[in-house]
Order: sequence, then C-alpha cells, then structure tokens
Amino acid sequence: MKKLIDIAAKRIFTVSGFTTSVVILLIIAFLFTEAVGLFNQPVVEDGYVLALNKQNDVKTLSALQIKDLFDEEITNWEEVGGKDMPVKVFRLEDLDKIYTEEQLGDEYQYAGDKIVEQIQDNPGMIAFVPTTLVEGRTEINMIKDNTIPVKDVLFGTEWFPTATPSPIFGILPLLSGTIWVSFFAILIALPFGLAVSIYLAEVANSKVRKALKPIIELLNGIPSVVYGFFGLAVIVPLLQRTFNLPVGESGLAGSIVLAIMALPTIITVAEDAMRSCPRTMREASLALGATQWQTIYKVVIPFSISGITSGVVLGIGRAIGETMAVLMVTGNAAVIPTSILEPLRTIPATIAAELGEAPAGGAHYQSLFLLGVILFFITLIINSCVEIVSARNKLKR
Amino acid sequence: MAIEINQSYARRKHGIQRLAFGVFRALSYCVVLILFVILGFIIIKGIGVVNWDFLTQPPTDGMTKGGIMPAIVGTFWLMVGSAIFAFPVGVMSGIYMNEYAPQGKLVNFIRTMTNNLAGIPSIVFGLFGMACFVNYLDFGDSILAGSLTLGLLALPIVIRTTEEAFKDIPNSYREGSLALGATKAQTIWKVLLPMAMPRVITGLILSLGRVSGETAPILFTCAAYFLPRLPESIFDQCMALPYHLYVVATSGTDIEAQMPIAYGTAFVLIVIVLIMNLLANGVRKYFENKLKSK
Repeated sequence: MKKLIDIAAKRIFTVSGFTTSVVILLIIAFLFTEAVGLFNQPVVEDGYVLALNKQNDVKTLSALQIKDLFDEEITNWEEVGGKDMPVKVFRLEDLDKIYTEEQLGDEYQYAGDKIVEQIQDNPGMIAFVPTTLVEGRTEINMIKDNTIPVKDVLFGTEWFPTATPSPIFGILPLLSGTIWVSFFAILIALPFGLAVSIYLAEVANSKVRKALKPIIELLNGIPSVVYGFFGLAVIVPLLQRTFNLPVGESGLAGSIVLAIMALPTIITVAEDAMRSCPRTMREASLALGATQWQTIYKVVIPFSISGITSGVVLGIGRAIGETMAVLMVTGNAAVIPTSILEPLRTIPATIAAELGEAPAGGAHYQSLFLLGVILFFITLIINSCVEIVSARNKLKR
Repeated sequence: MAIEINQSYARRKHGIQRLAFGVFRALSYCVVLILFVILGFIIIKGIGVVNWDFLTQPPTDGMTKGGIMPAIVGTFWLMVGSAIFAFPVGVMSGIYMNEYAPQGKLVNFIRTMTNNLAGIPSIVFGLFGMACFVNYLDFGDSILAGSLTLGLLALPIVIRTTEEAFKDIPNSYREGSLALGATKAQTIWKVLLPMAMPRVITGLILSLGRVSGETAPILFTCAAYFLPRLPESIFDQCMALPYHLYVVATSGTDIEAQMPIAYGTAFVLIVIVLIMNLLANGVRKYFENKLKSK
C-alpha cells in the first residue's frame, strides 16, 4: 500500500513537472493553427468577388491595388498594368441607385442580370459583388482570387484590417512601432537602471540597500494598467504642454511609462550579476591602489558585463511585450513612425484593441494571432539568448 | 616632483569617484521619487473617493456614479480560481524538479521552459486563453477560462519559489526520514513540505498579487465591460478591477465624470498590491522566527 502511493505520487509529480513544457507547446500549436489560416484566406473578402468587363485585360490585383482602386486613388487602369481607360467603381449599394425595386425583382432575382448588364455597358468598371449573384457568368471577367501572400503581410507597410473589399495586413507599421517605443524606453531606462544597480551592489551600505530593495520590488508589483492610467493622467498632458503637441498620446509617453516598468528587471538582474563578482578580484584591484570607482568600472563591470546585458535584454523583452500601459498612452495610430512625438501603435496594443471586434475565424482574427506568434517568438528568442549566456557563465566559474 | 604629481592624481581620482557615486546616488533617489510620485498621486486623488458605498455598491448611471463592488468580487474570484489551479500544479512541478527528476539536462530543460513561460507577454496568454479555453474547450467568456489563463501566468512564479525552497533544505533531513523507513512520498509530505511551506506560500501570495493586476489575459477570456450583478457560477462572466480601471479611464460616455471612479479603482488596486506585498513579507518573517525559535 505504502509502495503503491509512492509510485502514484512519483507519476503525478512527473506529470506536473512537464506542465510548463506542455503549455508552451500548446501555446505554439493554438497560435500557429489560427495564424497560418490567414495565408489561406482570399485577398477579397470571403463570399465576394471582383468582376471586370471582358475588354479589360487585368487578371490579378494585389490587396493594396484593390484598396487604392476603391478609394479612387487609382483612377486609370494603366496604373495597374491594363489599358488606358478610366476606372469606374461599382458596389452592390449602387444597384439600388440605378434600378428601381421593380426592375431588380422583389427577391433580388434579377440583380445578377443587372450587374452583368452594367459591367458590359462600362468597359472600365470594377464591381465588388457577392459571388452568388454572378456565379458562372461568362459574359464578364472575374479577378483571379489569390490567397493573401506571405510577402504582403511581412513586408506590407499598411495596416487596414477592416478595409473593404480587401483588408490589408501589413505588419511593418506595428513592428516598427513596437521597436521604436522599446528602443526609446531602454534609452531612458539604461542610465537609471545601471546607476541604481551599481549603487545598490557597490556603493550603498546595507541599511540603504534594505530600504531600497522593497521599493524596487514594489515598482515591479504595480499593475501595468495603473502605470497606464498614471501615464494618461499625468505624463500625457505634461508632454502635450512641454512640446506643444496636438495630442499628448505619443510614442514618447509610451517610452517613459515602459522605461519605469522595465527598471526593476534591469536593476535586479544587473545587481545580482555585479554581486557575483568574486571578492578576491575586488581586493586585488584595491590593493594595487585603485579607488573603489576604478575597481568598479575596470574590474566589476567587465567581469559582470554578460549579466548586466542579460538584465538590459530582459528589460527590452518586458517593454516589447507590455500591453495595457502602451495601449493607454501611445495614441494607437497604425503608421510607420517618423518621430517619437507622434502617436504610434505596438503589436500587443493592436491585439488588445482589435481582437474584441474581430469575428472568430475571419482573416482579421487570424492576422491578430499571427501578431501573437511574432510577439511570442521575439520574446522566446530574447529569453533563450539570456538563458544561453547565463548557462555559459555558470560553466565558466 | 614625482610625489606632487601622484598627489594631484590621487586627488583627481578621488574627485572622480565622489562625482560618480554622487550621480549614482542621485539617480537612485530619483527612482525612489518616481515610485512615491506614482503612489502619492493615486493615493491622494483616490482616497477621497473610496468609502463604504464605493466598495459595496455596483456602478450606476453609465459608470459615472456608484461603486465598484462587482469588480472587487470578480477580481477576488479570479485570484481564488487561478490559485486553485496554479498552486498544486506549481508546487508539484517544483517538487518534481528537485526530488525526482535526474539532475542535469532534463532539469535544465524544464527550468528553461519555465523561464520561457515566465517571459511570454501577457497578451499572448490572452490569445491562447481565447483560442484554447474560450473557443476550443468551449468554456465561453467565463471565470473558469479567465482563472485558467491567469493560472498559467502565475505558474512559473510558484514553480520557481517551490524549487528554491526545496533546494535549500539540507539533505540530512531527507536521509533521516528515509532511514526511519519512510517512503519518498511520505518524506516529501511529512518532512520537506512543512519546511518549505513558508517560502512556497510567499511565492503564491506574490503571484496572486501579480494576477490581481493583470488585464491583458482576461480581456478576451472573462472580463465584462459592465455587469452590475455578481457572478453566479464559474461559467459566468465577471467584472475585474484592472479591466474596470482601463474601461473607465479610456472609454465610456462621460470621461470627465468617470475620472473619480478611475482614481478610486486605481487606489483599491494599489492597496491590494501593497497588502499582498506586506503579507508575503509578513509570512516570511513569521515562519523564519518560528524556525529559529525551534
């Protein structure tokens, strides 16, 4: 009996031991299945089709071209590789303007015929209509419906996930927004983080240390939404006044909030690294007549540089993944940022802001999971680098 | 002459040291100041809003009046739910790493995985919770789905503290127990676990402090925008403090009128975090003293 329990206990412990590994695998599996679906989605909204006149020899259009056509930024077919003729955009709503209810039939049964009629009459027309209305019509051309290309997503410079007829999922604005904000956050946090960690590890006496440590811990414990709220209520108006901005919600506001949030990580890890510098090395340096400061920057810092870097890298990881605070203070404009004082938008903030409105299983929903996958891998790479560096350090000792 | 040069060099190098240390001290106090400004701002603005009615009434008039009771209750249930999941699994996982798993590659692998899990952004947990618990397992937006998602977030903290607590127990205790004829399971249950408990509980409290403030994981798994009643089962949605703060601070009908509510909510949230921190420290001190006096 005793033995049976012992064996059962071992089994249970073993199973729970692998929980974290299983969870990570599950996260990868679930995120990937949703994200990969994006590349099987048609460029044009599901259930709709783009129809052209027979004389038009344009066969394929990219999502961006379709958007420009319907925004009337492209006004001539020459611009997308066709003949020289003006573009005429036709949407289903236009049908009611041209024809009376009687002509369309009370159940819209003649709508298909009328659409074909319209397209045949206008050589430059592009019509965005439900597939069911014009299915099997040979009098008109249908745009060949590609699936969303990987290239357009990964290198696309525009993010219009709700545009019709074809949503655009270029992730570059979001990726650059994330990197931009995190970069400035670390730039701000670095001097503070290094100074505090050196002060705690080398300069401060144990009494000051004991007082400072819980404060750093507390800084780590404050919920991100409270930081965001503080940023919104204090930092945003402050920036607006100092820089005379039209709106205070900007990349800089996000960077400042993120810098405060990344500080505890940087400080804790860097301080630990400096503390692990052997006493003998310090004493040797001091015995040679070096001052304490010379010892710090000639001996302690070079010795613990990989640990300090780990701290900074982990801080970057924290800044990249932070959601709520950034969502609240950066203004959320999905454009490639040119200045830190402009509103911008990060990957986590995009997921948080848009997932609620995206219908499950649609292209928009899947694109947000793709963003999740990208975020997941960025942080995974960052963490793995830190793990490898710290493992190598352990070997060295 | 040579002595003079040395003296001026010595003076200069000590001057540089004083300057460097002065800068470090100043920047350190700056960081302390930042914390006090944030805490002070929210406490001063929030404390006037918080009273008995604020804590015990549901929100009314489009969230411009009334209290935050459903959000407090919701956050409480989410903390309980995530603890029920994360505590046993986390503790057992930590025990496995210390007591059962062959030391070396396997333990390192598990530790790496745990660290990676800890580093995953909370919004990714939210995505996973939505895809797995809400849609695939069909729990819907519910306290159950939210608790599980938050539990995953708390898991690495519990595992890490458990592992460290068990690692610090001297081997003589294990050997003593085994020599008396106890099985390994009995040794863990009767000898090691009681010794490790204070630190394990400290870890649990700290992880719950983090859980109470997380917003991103519950955005799509459980949080209700406005639900002026209490949840009735684990398959109900609920309001939660951090999400409520986000909502009243950024959206709604009348942001100006909502501001006091936001300050009050932030205040309550901060108080919870402070209490959790103090509690963790208190537990640690209490058990440390008890062990010493034995």
